[in-house]
Amino acid sequence: MRTLVFAVLIALAAPIAAEAVEPDEILADPALEARAREVGKQLRCVVCQNQAIDDSNAELARDMRILVRDRITAGDTNEEVVAYMVDRYGDFVLLDPPFKTSTLVLWIGPAVIAMVGVLWMAALFRRRKSETGEIQTVAGKAAQPLSDEERKRLDALLKEDQ
Amino acid sequence: MSGQQESAMNRFVYIIPLLVLLVVGGFSVAQLANVSGGKSVDVLPSVLINREVPPFDLPPIKGRERGFSSEDLLGQVSIVNLFGSWCVACMAEHPFLMRIKEQNLVPIYGLDWREKDRDAGPRWLAKHGDPYTLIGDDPDSKAAIAFGVTGAPESFIVDQKGVIRYKQIGPITPEKWEETLWPLIQKLREES
Repeated sequence: MRTLVFAVLIALAAPIAAEAVEPDEILADPALEARAREVGKQLRCVVCQNQAIDDSNAELARDMRILVRDRITAGDTNEEVVAYMVDRYGDFVLLDPPFKTSTLVLWIGPAVIAMVGVLWMAALFRRRKSETGEIQTVAGKAAQPLSDEERKRLDALLKEDQ
Repeated sequence: MSGQQESAMNRFVYIIPLLVLLVVGGFSVAQLANVSGGKSVDVLPSVLINREVPPFDLPPIKGRERGFSSEDLLGQVSIVNLFGSWCVACMAEHPFLMRIKEQNLVPIYGLDWREKDRDAGPRWLAKHGDPYTLIGDDPDSKAAIAFGVTGAPESFIVDQKGVIRYKQIGPITPEKWEETLWPLIQKLREES
């Protein structure tokens, strides 16, 4: 039980430790701060390749966090704040790339590859079946039904086991 | 199909995933090498090209009377250069900016970015020379973020109408200047 509690505590602690938002940045109004966090999670720290600004200790990420809070306090909606950043840094600033023509391969690619694989395997199995009329073993030999003798021996062995 | 042919075929089938892995893996490694080689900044699309300079109005640095605002850029071709006294690459670029200033080729406007104390920028300029027509103090990245800057130095060529026409990431080198920046500046001057 104690181990379980400990494990749960560790699991809960992990995401908190990853936050880089410093105490002096946090807005007094918890509702506005929550919105700032939501925006901050979507925005890439542009100098660290693959971290959200909320998770990065980079100075530019800090300045971006403060700017997000300034704009939210000034009355911008979350969408407007994100649009402001995209306007300056392009889609690169979004951790989730938007769904559009230039990112089609990115979004659809894996599904297409998986589908091609499934179809290919299906075709492969169907061809093997139709060539021999029966399921083949891995070695490529047709599986033979058991002879009477083999069947008797198998039954005896199975009985022995019980 | 004879048994032998088929088993050769089967074996080939097992190689396909390996080939796919090699192609995908090779591509990933090549991209990674790009990133660690510092080339990744090039993939940042310059969304601000052919758009107006974002509006900003910065206070002066210590020792100067006038700051620098987006309005100051109208009516001439100019370079906006983002620098900082803490930035090593800016130091490398600095002598070339001084040459541009001495030969009076094009006005250079400065964004003094992220100085920790108010004396650092002025001290640096007093020591190495000051190539800037106007300088704005940008300690909290307000203008830097408005320009979509990721690192220093970065330079923008702005035309007479205040539209950004070119973005240079990293120092302006003599080669880059001869090849791209100077020809573009001359071309933009003829446009008006």
